[in-house]
Amino acid sequence: MSENKVKKVAVNTTINGEEMDILVDPYISLLETLREVVGITGTKEGCNDGNCGACTINLDGRIVDSCLVLGVEAEGKNIETVEGMATPDGLHPLQQAFLEEAALQCGICTPGFLVSAKALLDNEPDPSEERIRHWLAGNLCRCTGYDKIVKAVTKASKESK
Amino acid sequence: MIKIFLPYKIRETLDVPTEIEAQGSNLRNLIDNIEGMYPGVKDHLVDEGKLRPGMSAVIDGKTTRLGLIHKLDNVSEIHFLPSIAGGRK
Amino acid sequence: MVSTPENKNYKVIGTRPIRHDGYDKVTGRAQYGADIKLPGMLIGAVVRSPHAHARIKSIDTSEAERLDGVFAVMTAKDLPRLGDVVRGNSEESGSEKHLSENVMAFDKVLYKGHVVAGVAAKDQNTAFEAAKKIKVDYEILKPVIDVDQAMSKDAPILHEDYTCDHLGKEVKNSNVAAHVRHENGDLENGFDKADLVVEKEVDMQTVHQGYIEPHSGTAVWDEEDRVKVWTSTQGSFAVRDSVSKVLDLDVSRVKVTPMEIGGGFGGKIPIYLEPISAVLSRKTRRPVKTMMSRTDVFDATGPGPGGKVKVKIGIDADGKILAAYADIRLEAGAYPEAFIEAAAKCVFSCYDVPAMKIDAYDVLVNKPSSAPYRAPASPQVAFATETVVDEICKIKGYDPIDFRLLNVAEKGTRTALGPKYRTIGLKECLEAAKKSDHWKSNLNSNPKTGKKRGRGIASGYWFNIGFKSSVNLSLNPDGKVALIEGSTDIGGSRASIAMQAAEVLGIPAEDVRPSVVDTDSIGITDVTGGSRTTYATGYAAYNAAHKLIEEIIEKAALKWDISKDQIEYSDGVVKSKTDSELKMTLKEIADDPPGGPIVSSASVDLEEAGGGFAVHIADLEIDEETGKTDVVNYTAIQDVGKAIHPSYVEGQMQGGAAQGIGWALNEEYFMSDDGVMLNSSYLDYRMPIALDLPMINTIMVEVPSEEHPYGVRGVGEPPIVPPVPAIGNAINDALGLRLLSTPMKPSRITEALKRKK
Repeated sequence: MSENKVKKVAVNTTINGEEMDILVDPYISLLETLREVVGITGTKEGCNDGNCGACTINLDGRIVDSCLVLGVEAEGKNIETVEGMATPDGLHPLQQAFLEEAALQCGICTPGFLVSAKALLDNEPDPSEERIRHWLAGNLCRCTGYDKIVKAVTKASKESK
Repeated sequence: MIKIFLPYKIRETLDVPTEIEAQGSNLRNLIDNIEGMYPGVKDHLVDEGKLRPGMSAVIDGKTTRLGLIHKLDNVSEIHFLPSIAGGRK
Repeated sequence: MVSTPENKNYKVIGTRPIRHDGYDKVTGRAQYGADIKLPGMLIGAVVRSPHAHARIKSIDTSEAERLDGVFAVMTAKDLPRLGDVVRGNSEESGSEKHLSENVMAFDKVLYKGHVVAGVAAKDQNTAFEAAKKIKVDYEILKPVIDVDQAMSKDAPILHEDYTCDHLGKEVKNSNVAAHVRHENGDLENGFDKADLVVEKEVDMQTVHQGYIEPHSGTAVWDEEDRVKVWTSTQGSFAVRDSVSKVLDLDVSRVKVTPMEIGGGFGGKIPIYLEPISAVLSRKTRRPVKTMMSRTDVFDATGPGPGGKVKVKIGIDADGKILAAYADIRLEAGAYPEAFIEAAAKCVFSCYDVPAMKIDAYDVLVNKPSSAPYRAPASPQVAFATETVVDEICKIKGYDPIDFRLLNVAEKGTRTALGPKYRTIGLKECLEAAKKSDHWKSNLNSNPKTGKKRGRGIASGYWFNIGFKSSVNLSLNPDGKVALIEGSTDIGGSRASIAMQAAEVLGIPAEDVRPSVVDTDSIGITDVTGGSRTTYATGYAAYNAAHKLIEEIIEKAALKWDISKDQIEYSDGVVKSKTDSELKMTLKEIADDPPGGPIVSSASVDLEEAGGGFAVHIADLEIDEETGKTDVVNYTAIQDVGKAIHPSYVEGQMQGGAAQGIGWALNEEYFMSDDGVMLNSSYLDYRMPIALDLPMINTIMVEVPSEEHPYGVRGVGEPPIVPPVPAIGNAINDALGLRLLSTPMKPSRITEALKRKK
């Protein structure tokens, strides 16, 4: 192992508005980078193959499954995770709506849903139920049946106006 | 007298009728009285001084959580049933 | 809400406060199983069998041990070898031997993914690398993967040493771990007299609970032989019991700290990785964290039993049920217990049946050892019963709600296993269904697309368990209350438990601060499962709150030097009954109370809450070309006893319905003949996504349980029971096709349509 050890790569990236330099193994995912290198664990692993959306993050304005992106690909990018949604002044309207509408049960999928829903509202401030379901189709929730999640996103969209 | 219903396999093994009658101040006492009528039953119901693991007693529709010390005042029927793993395997 | 039988003016119960743990969960701060990081922590990995059934001839770990960055390697030789002991009463069954063998195989692997060795290394990559270098020599055996194979003559036997129980007879060399029977009344006479007898057999594929968070287990084994475990579990005390047994330690040597839990549905009651991390820690004296991949989760945990259920029901000319028979064969998986007693208890639970017989078989197959899955075994049997009932209604032209009301089980009805029901609310649910906008609405096939529409209805039952719970309360100097409990919170139970204490104390829900703590810090509390948590731990909170009031009154009596019976408490204020000057708020009494701080604790060991019933109505739209089925309207009706936090009750009803819809239409373990699951990813094990479902209407019916001061019933499990038959019945309504196997996927529908033509 030691003779063919792969060298870590220096990556300069911006996570939730904070520019940082990190060293990552070239073979690890952005998900692992966030959780193990940066040390923020709000982004969750549910499947590690891009099918559950628990690791959804916003990468330069696009929502992606961070398990399908390499950590080194964060170079020069702007990354937003669930940890970046609330400000010291308070929760994002989506976070508040999720609480008020009981849109989470176990909560493991919640960070991914919040990041996806935020991207939706950033793009379409007043989405229909169908558009909400379309945008959230990449995020699995096993607890809620999605009903209250859809309602929470609708509520946040109305209140953001 | 309290109507007693034993599980199918005990009835089959020991040739006990579907419904029997017995008395007892508490469950322990009642089982001793059943044992007097149908020898061998107690061994199926009691182990190390407690209700046998995997066996439950439903007293007028309620599964006792007290076990053998459960007092039997104004009881009309008791079903001994295999207990159900409600959650844990 | 349809009915509020008791017009109590609750202040907290029935309101919808924000859950106490909510802020951590919407900000990413909440720490789940895999989020833990301890100083010096190593990462564990396991070696899993690629074969579904094989004997282990030898394991060579030498190459793995030599790898740089590897700190320890283990096999089952590092675990104590345990004998056959039946554990506990009703909360637990099975044997210690099986518990241990399921963690790590000793001689034989019984399913693909069965763990055979473990390794701890400096990081995940090295651990995986090392695991690959462990060489296992297997003698491959023929697997059995369904009940028919397992029960056939000359089937390969999973457990040669196991003594099976066939109606009280001890039997060796069988894959039927148990055959049980229940009989009531004169069955033959009932069928002889019947005007119509309908019989159907359904075939349910194995499914998975599908919780989004994979299992993990982190442990430290210290020099004093004390083991600390951090894990995501439905029951920290269940983990303590199981880990202490597998490691042959006294329970007090094991301390389990529950992390937040990312879903469970029954599947996070068993232990898997915790003892492995513990042994690897014993060998290294460093913390070890081991995690599963999604494929591991599908291959080696969970599943809800597949199996076959045959139901036969006879009715008289007036439509009254005379007799019913059920033959239930469920897959236990690799080790016994497929919840066949629960199946027997549930199969005819919605009906008043004067004569019945139930045969149930616990069948061993080469699949992972089945775990409870939300109302374990009830959906399987309900599919059979509710399909037969629907068929009877179609043949005789009965309204399906009227037929169910004519035969409804209610207080005093003798249940399948013998005892009579106490107060239950099935009748009220059926009446609510009949009055619902959904049932009264027209169902027209879509004129634009030509797709066929159909409506189905079905009932379901789960009995709710009681068992042990403990709660501690302490009154803080600011007049707020800290509530300490041991029920891991899988979907809002901190809130529903705290709200019951708040109701007693007459203070806002936010003023009771709940914490879920480790096993050294609270009395024994049984699993978050069996729909027991809000009921039993809530009851303990209710009792603890009453004790806290007694304490408050006692301290006030000391302070004012008057007798206790001159003092009363309400809504956060303690006062003299006679002297209006003597009055203190909680904050005032909590400030340096005489004789020490104000604390209380209570524990309970409860009987069942009395049973919960659900009735679901499903409208489907089916494309006959492709067989694709869309759920276009769905209503879940349920007797919830008393909804403490209605939003989370609705959430349970909607979530259960969604899981049931997935079970009905898409989900299955697709197995190769070699016993390998071929769809062990979320891509291929297709759970419902947001686009697959409509809004799920909920109607909460409140018929209070006799066993709880607020009438709480368990609400988590009943809603997964009706969806499979409701959808099957709706397909029949739309297409005139009786699909008797799950999943009722597009290919099954198109094939059945072809056969029909």
